Amino acid sequence: MRSAYLFLAPAMTAILIFFALPILAAFLMSFTDFDIYSLGDWSRARFIGLDNYWNLLKDPLFWKALKNTFYFVLVGGPLSITVSLGAAVLLNSKLVQFKGLFRLAFFAPVVTTLVAVAVVWRYVYHPRFGLMNYLLGFFGINPVDWLGDPTWAMPALIILAVWKNFGYNMIIFIAGLQNIPEELYEAAKMDGAGPFQQFWNITLPMLAPTTLFVAIITMIGYFQFFAEPYVMTQGGPLNSTLSIVLLMYQEGFRAWRMGYSAAVAFVLFFIILIGSLIQFRLQKDVNL
Amino acid sequence: MKKTLLHITLILIGILTLAPLLWMVSASLMPAGEANTFPPKFIPDNPTLEHYRTLFTRLNLLRYILNSVVVSVSITLISLLVNSMAGFAFAKFHFPGRDTLFKTLLSAMIIPAQVTMLPLFLLLKQMGVINTYIGVIIPGMASIFGIFLIRQYMLSIPDSLIEAARMDGASDFRIYWSVILPLAKPILVTLAIFTFMGAWNDFLWPLIVLTRDSMYTLPVALANLMGEHAQDTELMMAGSVLTILPVLIVFLVLQKYYIRGIMIGSVKG
Repeated sequence: MRSAYLFLAPAMTAILIFFALPILAAFLMSFTDFDIYSLGDWSRARFIGLDNYWNLLKDPLFWKALKNTFYFVLVGGPLSITVSLGAAVLLNSKLVQFKGLFRLAFFAPVVTTLVAVAVVWRYVYHPRFGLMNYLLGFFGINPVDWLGDPTWAMPALIILAVWKNFGYNMIIFIAGLQNIPEELYEAAKMDGAGPFQQFWNITLPMLAPTTLFVAIITMIGYFQFFAEPYVMTQGGPLNSTLSIVLLMYQEGFRAWRMGYSAAVAFVLFFIILIGSLIQFRLQKDVNL
Repeated sequence: MKKTLLHITLILIGILTLAPLLWMVSASLMPAGEANTFPPKFIPDNPTLEHYRTLFTRLNLLRYILNSVVVSVSITLISLLVNSMAGFAFAKFHFPGRDTLFKTLLSAMIIPAQVTMLPLFLLLKQMGVINTYIGVIIPGMASIFGIFLIRQYMLSIPDSLIEAARMDGASDFRIYWSVILPLAKPILVTLAIFTFMGAWNDFLWPLIVLTRDSMYTLPVALANLMGEHAQDTELMMAGSVLTILPVLIVFLVLQKYYIRGIMIGSVKG
């Protein structure tokens, strides 16, 4: 039993010092005015109660970042999950040949480096020479200034995120689909159910636990989006792609208002926490 | 008919997912200016490696590759050791508070890493490891996901093997090293790929900890390059190719293990 603690010691020490304690410290920090002067001498930081949080509520930039982040999560998340599920259902069909090849192609963007593909997509979205407008041209759609127009910048980032991520959830959905007993479909067919009814009455309910898991990890990931706006738009135009994490980064590591930035980080944490709790609750209702 | 339609749809999706990557490779081989034409070109007229040459000679890319390799390989090796030890303890030992501790760790997984970054930066500054490899490596040493992955796998290793080794007088550490680790090789490969790719692709933390140019990892260097060379499309594509290529190769060679990791991770969230 003593060796159990020895085996645990390195991991637990690292997690305690470099994960757990910083969380606690960040919480305390969010009640101080820790800034660039405190950086040299910690004792200069003063306890200011809830001021950072009150100031956040009065900060239009914070509301903008919050709105943008929710836009990204609530539109991008479901879109990405739908695409993943669609691709999984198609790939899972018995008729498909070269399954491995297709799976590989769909999955390739997942393993790429986000910063690098963000660089690539900046050119894909080029208003005059980019692939995106070229493609849309075939459908008679006029060129869009994707990253320069406040209306289109966020949809542009969402399309990139869906392209980059759908393969990951697709793999999880395929595993879920393979666990659904074949007899269910056969019985449904006997009862005269069409493909759409089978999907609605068998596939979707049977996939509910998988979908919950996918929804939670997707939500947590999407709430943390940062590299896309950092590389492609710097949060612009007109702050239309400023995300919570980008705001936290700018406040904390550019302006060195670390107390304020810690408050931003905690708001993010609480939102993710509440989001996860809601989804767990929904799952319980579904199971009952 | 149905089959043809299905395959056409799949091929279309495949083209959409691969097009940006293929165009990246193709544009990186075009002479300066050729990627900025309408309609877009997909095949370079006169392929050239000049941008790759520029990256290595004028823009110090070799140094960034080296930084990325050192950081990613170190994180991978250290975390394999640390996480496999902890996973072993959770899977094969009974000690008070084990299940509570494990559950606490699992629920802590929803805490976004960004929350830790401000104090972590101050702590590492105090330790004097800002702008060093160690500063980048430290937060990646232990991962809850890694411990979870390894524990799940080790649960399936029969206890009788451990008891037999113990009868032969093997110490616990000996059992871990000579009995358990060899049996856990598949999951170690899986975790190694996950960790390596995560470390290679990581952006926010290296961006925070590394402020000196010569220490940049590839993603940080690439983002920085974007600031000065946004107009040089072909050059930026060459930089992106070199950043993505290593992880893509690792994945292609070991994809079976990577996919398995996603599956195990999704069994119990």
